[in-house]
Amino acid sequence: MAYVAVKGGERAISHAHLWLEEERRGPGDVAELSLAQIREQLSLAVDRVMVEGSCCDADLAALAIKQASGDLVEAIFLLRAYRTTLPRFGFSEPLETARMAIRRRISAAFKDIPGGQVLGPTYDYTHRLIDFKLAAEGGAPEPAVVAAEPIADRLPTISDVFSKEDLLQVDERSDGAEAPFDLTRDPMSFPAGRDQRLQALARGDEGFLLSLAYASQRGWGSTHPLCGEIRMGEASVEFTPPELGFPIELAEITLTECTMISEFGGSMERPPQYAKGYGLTFGRNERKAMSMAIVDRALASGAEASETPHAVQDEEFVLYHSDNVEASGFVQHLKLPHYVDFQASLQFVRRLRKEWTARREAELAAAREAAE
Amino acid sequence: MSTLADASNRETSLYNFAYLDEQTKRMIRRAILKAIAIPGYQVPFGSREMPVPYGWGTGGIQVTAAVIGPDDVFKCIDQGADDTTNAVSIRRFFARVADVRTTEATDEATIIQSRHRIPERPLENGQIMVFQVPQPEPLRGLEPRETETRAMHAYEEYGLQYVSLYENVSAYGRIAATAGYPVMIDERYLMSPSPIPKFDNPKMDMSPALLLFGAGREKRIYAVPPYTRVRSLDFEDYPFETQTWEDACALCGAKDSYLDEVVLDDDDHRMFVCSDSSHCATRRDAGFTGPMSGHELARGEDGDTA
Repeated sequence: MAYVAVKGGERAISHAHLWLEEERRGPGDVAELSLAQIREQLSLAVDRVMVEGSCCDADLAALAIKQASGDLVEAIFLLRAYRTTLPRFGFSEPLETARMAIRRRISAAFKDIPGGQVLGPTYDYTHRLIDFKLAAEGGAPEPAVVAAEPIADRLPTISDVFSKEDLLQVDERSDGAEAPFDLTRDPMSFPAGRDQRLQALARGDEGFLLSLAYASQRGWGSTHPLCGEIRMGEASVEFTPPELGFPIELAEITLTECTMISEFGGSMERPPQYAKGYGLTFGRNERKAMSMAIVDRALASGAEASETPHAVQDEEFVLYHSDNVEASGFVQHLKLPHYVDFQASLQFVRRLRKEWTARREAELAAAREAAE
Repeated sequence: MSTLADASNRETSLYNFAYLDEQTKRMIRRAILKAIAIPGYQVPFGSREMPVPYGWGTGGIQVTAAVIGPDDVFKCIDQGADDTTNAVSIRRFFARVADVRTTEATDEATIIQSRHRIPERPLENGQIMVFQVPQPEPLRGLEPRETETRAMHAYEEYGLQYVSLYENVSAYGRIAATAGYPVMIDERYLMSPSPIPKFDNPKMDMSPALLLFGAGREKRIYAVPPYTRVRSLDFEDYPFETQTWEDACALCGAKDSYLDEVVLDDDDHRMFVCSDSSHCATRRDAGFTGPMSGHELARGEDGDTA
């Protein structure tokens, strides 16, 4: 009966989990997915789980996706819960994304920029026609043509292009600065520094940031962004162990970086120039990197704004609500029993109704009397 | 892939006692000590991602993990009952990662983690009550900004809260809060008691037990030390009052406990039973009976009397 079902028990939970496991595996006559297949053939899903899971480990992300039956928010949660048990032994050196081994680099601000536009592997300009050939499974694709000359070791960034004219806001170097804020160790605090903001955005839900960025473009806190540069490729991660005193290379990771630029009209202290919004993700995740850059810039403009900012410019609104692990947990906690609170509310509403009915009847009686 | 395959062979015993690593426990204990030193003040802490979802008790679990020791006896309730699914899940978690003795008996427990209730049996000296808190900020419903509410607490500026209660009185003829009823701690900090029914509010006042509140998603810990004054807000002409029922518990006949309403059929038949399952079972064992004694609800899931 209903009551027992709500109360449930240890046995019900175990059995539910066995059933879930069966659902995850699906029919036994279909071959099981290997982690390598997920990692190599669902790589964009893996990339998203890594960035929002704040853990750059493609094997673990692939395992989480498999365990979560492809529910990426669930996979992100699994990866986060694992990540938090790992010891943290320090910070890497700042990544030199300017030295990234480029696979893709484009700028929408200029027809050409030094080093050239490099399209790379992209869905852009593909015709979104379902490719029924893929349903047939099999066959290696036609190999991509290799360029005659390699891409330069160091492609100038959009900042380099503007550096002579001082037209683009210059990032402050943080050499010798105190340790960066760590959102995984310290609670959110306001006003948020840029480190805290960018961490929150990097971990933030892609869909949420995409919609915020879109709303901003449509005028709800617009900063009129222009895509200064997107680059995707491999950057090396260096770490200086205290006992060595010099940096060693730990890994080479794939990153997508986006710089949005928007006009800044100038103020008493600062001449007119372009301000920057910044987005960075693990792997190939251009939609996320672009959205992040737009929201980063919008939040900076919100801090400068004199009037009430729009949602996208409001850092408490954006940073508190961008985390899908928090959001998913709290929205879904409504599934838990709430019958004690509901009983309290029910009592209250019943009492109000009783009073309302009595009042109404008295009024009707009075009206009848007056009419007679 | 060998690393992941290796990991699959390891046992869960590779997790530290009570799951969290010792550094994290120390960080949480520091927050708890600060919370005890400033009763009712919400202490920000570096809440960790737990293996259960946010909103499902991550704050309470972290507080329990930080204070539990091998000699503790752990009780976990949800809606007052030991056998609700999430309470079962959390109790099982601690039995697994901390290997502690668990109990359903309120008097045996040294740590009681709860969602939405305080047990009927008066708490005792030495007991710790750990509340799972979805929203630690009592003013959040009135002011969405954390920067604002922190300032309001700092200046002890609670006029907005009183205005809201007054608006209730003018709209409904009474204060409308039924659960999560705001309380003043030691006449200084306004505090949310978590969504316990206001029925339980008086149990906090001068309680001999230590009351700890953990909000994982919102990353806050707060506390009411033993023997602290806890005052439910009210007006002289609209004094604080708790819920009462016309019915007694159908199973044990208790007239002074918080009752759940159980829908028996779709013909408007209801029964009322104690929300505190341990309290009800203890009374039944002592021979108390209600109008529906012997009903199948009095039996546990394996058919034994719970």
